[in-house]
Amino acid sequence: MNKSEIKETFLDEIHKVAPDIDRESISDEDHLQDDLELDSMDILNLVTALHERLGVSIPETDYTKIETPAKAVSYLSSRLS
Amino acid sequence: MPSLGADMEAGTLVEWLVKPGDVVGRGDVVAVVETQKGAIEIESFQSGTVSELIARVGQTLPVGEVLARFEGEEAQTAAPPLMSPDQQGKAAEAHGVPLTKGGADTLEWPKGSAASPAARMAARKAGVDLSTIKGSGPGGAIVLADVEAYAAAEPASVARTVVGGMSEMRKAVAAAMVRSKREIPHFYVSHDIETQIVSDWLADRNSNLPPSERLLLGALIVKAAALAARSVKALNGHFEGGAFVPSEEINIGVAIALRGGGLVAPALDRVDEMSLGDVMNGMRDLVTRARAGRLRGSELTRGTLTVSSLGENGATKMTGVIFPPQVALLTVGAPQLRPWVVEEAVLPREVTSFVLSADHRVCDGRQASRFLTELANRLTRPEEL
Repeated sequence: MNKSEIKETFLDEIHKVAPDIDRESISDEDHLQDDLELDSMDILNLVTALHERLGVSIPETDYTKIETPAKAVSYLSSRLS
Repeated sequence: MPSLGADMEAGTLVEWLVKPGDVVGRGDVVAVVETQKGAIEIESFQSGTVSELIARVGQTLPVGEVLARFEGEEAQTAAPPLMSPDQQGKAAEAHGVPLTKGGADTLEWPKGSAASPAARMAARKAGVDLSTIKGSGPGGAIVLADVEAYAAAEPASVARTVVGGMSEMRKAVAAAMVRSKREIPHFYVSHDIETQIVSDWLADRNSNLPPSERLLLGALIVKAAALAARSVKALNGHFEGGAFVPSEEINIGVAIALRGGGLVAPALDRVDEMSLGDVMNGMRDLVTRARAGRLRGSELTRGTLTVSSLGENGATKMTGVIFPPQVALLTVGAPQLRPWVVEEAVLPREVTSFVLSADHRVCDGRQASRFLTELANRLTRPEEL
């Protein structure tokens, strides 16, 4: 899976967790909690969905490594490689 | 038309989920009603066979108006009926999922024309029939962007619809809070509780588990609050008809902030009797359905005590406004690392500020203080929650 596919997957799952966020408006540097207003339950649901879809179980200690789409793509691609 | 809160005067029928001839049971979801708090699923008050649907989709009806009749029933107040067996299956699937499945390793989204509250509001303002829109959200749920895209293709103004939609929710929150501050003599008691023990226990527990089985601190706090309410009965119940009516059930309302503004506080029933895993799954289910616009009417009225959390990265303390007819509200600040005296040493420890708002007509500082110390005790023994 290349980086652009990972990004699409990540944005898909954000959209499922928070259907009212306009996907097109999400920028690479948006902070999931501060800018997109995801709460801890939303983050856990996102991490759960990513685990199911990509097989990557993200430990709580790594949550800061997926706090923006840019960071998440980089983190997920290194976990997947 | 059932009342979904003391300030509700009317609701608009959005969708019938039953038809004449359908057999429904008490508690089955029979219709979707648009209220100021978004689209709410209405449950039947009784069992029977639906003989007639009286209310039309799109019609706004005052609370108490007849929506439908059951067979053999005279013209009288009838609550919505229920659904056919296959619809029952769907309803169970749509609503019971995380609660009944135990593990809740996947989140299932409601079937049918699910739509987010903002989408429903926008559609109503724009005069758009939701059934004509294809949803792009989870499980085909209609989201705001779908309505906007649809409306953009039509002459209607999009900007107006969004603003109008949220202001209805704001009005509903305002009405409830004004009533609360007008009628309830609030008093507030706060307690800083060391939550290092519970956070360490949680981090340790979660570190070995897949995401679907992890717990959040919020679930432990909700459970601990329910157990504390069992010890201090004067905080759990409703103030109705000039008197406090304590509740046998401890149904904890969970305040959920909605994107774009607004708040709902659907309740989890009998939290004191639930396992931590069930509390967690129940909270996941409520948040998921609140975001997708599929809460049930009973969930908005059954709460006996509400918990409102500022989140992990928010401000440290909040004094909240009680949600009538309840008599108490517990707010939870964001946990902070603070210097804390442990035996003879000052150590960095995680500390969380809790503030209990309580109704002085019903109880005094002593009960409120007992509740908070009981809560603190429970949170030092997370393995017993």
